[in-house]
Amino acid sequence: MREMRESRRTRETAETAETETVTVTETETGVAPFIELDGVEKVFDVRKKTGFMKRERRQVRAVDGLSFTVSRGEMVGYIGPNGAGKSTTIKMLTGILTPSGGRLRVAGIDPSRDRTRLAHRMGVVFGQRTTLWWDLPLIDSYRLVHRMYRVPDARYRENLDRCVELLQLQDLLDVPVRQLSLGQRMRGDIAAALLHDPDVLYLDEPTIGLDVVSKNKVRGFLRDLNAERGTTVLLTTHDLQDIEQLCSRVMVIDHGRLMYDGPLDGLHEVGESERTLVVDLERELPPIEVPEPARVVRVEGPRQWLAFPASASAAGLVAAVAARYPLVDLSVREPDIESVIAKMYAERAGA
Amino acid sequence: MAEPAGTEVRRGRAVEGVRAYGLIAGMWIRSTMAYRTSFALTTVGNFAMTALDFVAILLMFSRVDALGGWSLPEVAFLYGLSGVSFGLADLAIGSMERLGRRVRDGTLDTLLVRPVPVLAQVAADRFALRRLGRVLQGLLVLGYALVVLDVDWTAGKLLLMPVALLSGAGIFCAVFVAAGAFQFAAQDASEVANAFTYGGTTMLQYPPTVFALDLVRGATFVVPLAFVNWLPASYLLGRPYPLDLPEWVAFTPPLAAVACCALAGLAWRAGLRSYRSTGS
Repeated sequence: MREMRESRRTRETAETAETETVTVTETETGVAPFIELDGVEKVFDVRKKTGFMKRERRQVRAVDGLSFTVSRGEMVGYIGPNGAGKSTTIKMLTGILTPSGGRLRVAGIDPSRDRTRLAHRMGVVFGQRTTLWWDLPLIDSYRLVHRMYRVPDARYRENLDRCVELLQLQDLLDVPVRQLSLGQRMRGDIAAALLHDPDVLYLDEPTIGLDVVSKNKVRGFLRDLNAERGTTVLLTTHDLQDIEQLCSRVMVIDHGRLMYDGPLDGLHEVGESERTLVVDLERELPPIEVPEPARVVRVEGPRQWLAFPASASAAGLVAAVAARYPLVDLSVREPDIESVIAKMYAERAGA
Repeated sequence: MAEPAGTEVRRGRAVEGVRAYGLIAGMWIRSTMAYRTSFALTTVGNFAMTALDFVAILLMFSRVDALGGWSLPEVAFLYGLSGVSFGLADLAIGSMERLGRRVRDGTLDTLLVRPVPVLAQVAADRFALRRLGRVLQGLLVLGYALVVLDVDWTAGKLLLMPVALLSGAGIFCAVFVAAGAFQFAAQDASEVANAFTYGGTTMLQYPPTVFALDLVRGATFVVPLAFVNWLPASYLLGRPYPLDLPEWVAFTPPLAAVACCALAGLAWRAGLRSYRSTGS
């Protein structure tokens, strides 16, 4: 499994190198990254009522001196706790919000000034709100994209057929969007964002609230999209599995600053995060003995929780437990982002 | 970067906006036409509701012979002019009312990522042909007034009729847009906006002579609703306008409309800019 990921990564880097030569012609400065942030800031004025007719003005730095670049064809995970500045960054990249400072370019375009020109080249999916027309059948939203983005007819048909097939939308096209389930709507939204062949796709929490089957469908589709079309993908998420299954690179943001930028494995090392193996035994037992560095962290009746390093395989541990104890059922829980980041902080404070 | 071709770009955006408006409105028309019976019923309902409005005036005239010196057909003329103008504006961009809600719940963001002007999208959202009911009712009342009234028609007066109706629609559109822009600052302000749109049209159904002079001044020089019907109607019917204005002012509604739309456009841009720099 890990090997598979590894090989995909090398293929991606090869592709990236190939496409990068194309971008050179677009901008005047040598090898230009597709997305470029340099010291980008976003400061909000927050007014708070402190009493009758009294207001307190406070400045909140949602994004604070953020700098990074993303090359064409990269698939980047952008993670962080609530209120870390993820959505604000996406909103600045899409031109919805104007940065308070710093330099921001996407495909050589300043998003806040040339919002509509950039709109032709990007697709956006907001997990929590839809870009589809709420009261109309799904197909109407697609027809509108076709005309609004001036997608050539043949191209539109081809893209629509592909999305309908891969995202299994056949039976949903005539259903009003408000009647779709969350997972169906999310697939519908992703299709809508791709009909005009965008160079870059932004996904803000694309798997939030989805069940496991829907999550897998969405992830599989995104992986293929990136591999086959070379679409640059930037996704924010709470779910480390999204990153694990999709992204060769992960950026962690907290309090508007970049905390980490690199491969996911590296993040686990930095955060020394742990996964949890939950085992259900036949009967109540005292804490079981497990090989180092795993350890039992919690016992509740016949159920026990074992923590082990996220970078290690669960297979050995499972085998060891199964060989010595009456095992009924088990599951593996991934570390959540909050705990990884908390560990990162602790690490830093200690160092 | 696009600075030298500024006007070119602006014209391009206007064309894009109109095109997008047409696309979205067309989509809504098609979808409502899928349910013809429901469409017919709501149109009739819309018509009946606004018709009741005029019944109130009729009832008043069952007690009195004149309002502020204006007879029933003359008041009907005022009513018809403002009714048609307001109906057209409401038909075109009545959905602006919902902007405050979009700002509050953040769905405005989804409009900002599309390659067409936001104003066109907001205005065309939920475009409803059933609002034609109001226009139709206004036309009927206006027709009644024109048949009964003995207007001393000249070429200028004939020309003034369509010009006044369209300019009136333009002025109301500007009020709708300005009210929308205001909702960027105060998201619960759609009631305040209604005071100017629905409140404005109700005020215009009555002759200027029944109102206090200060209110007439305000409606002439501040929020120039008087240009919708009071001024052109006074001229057409040969009635003195409460304020001492020269006669040619009756022909200035188009100027007032253009000025209002320009100001509303600036207000809209300022509103959208403030949204994009403060976020939701």
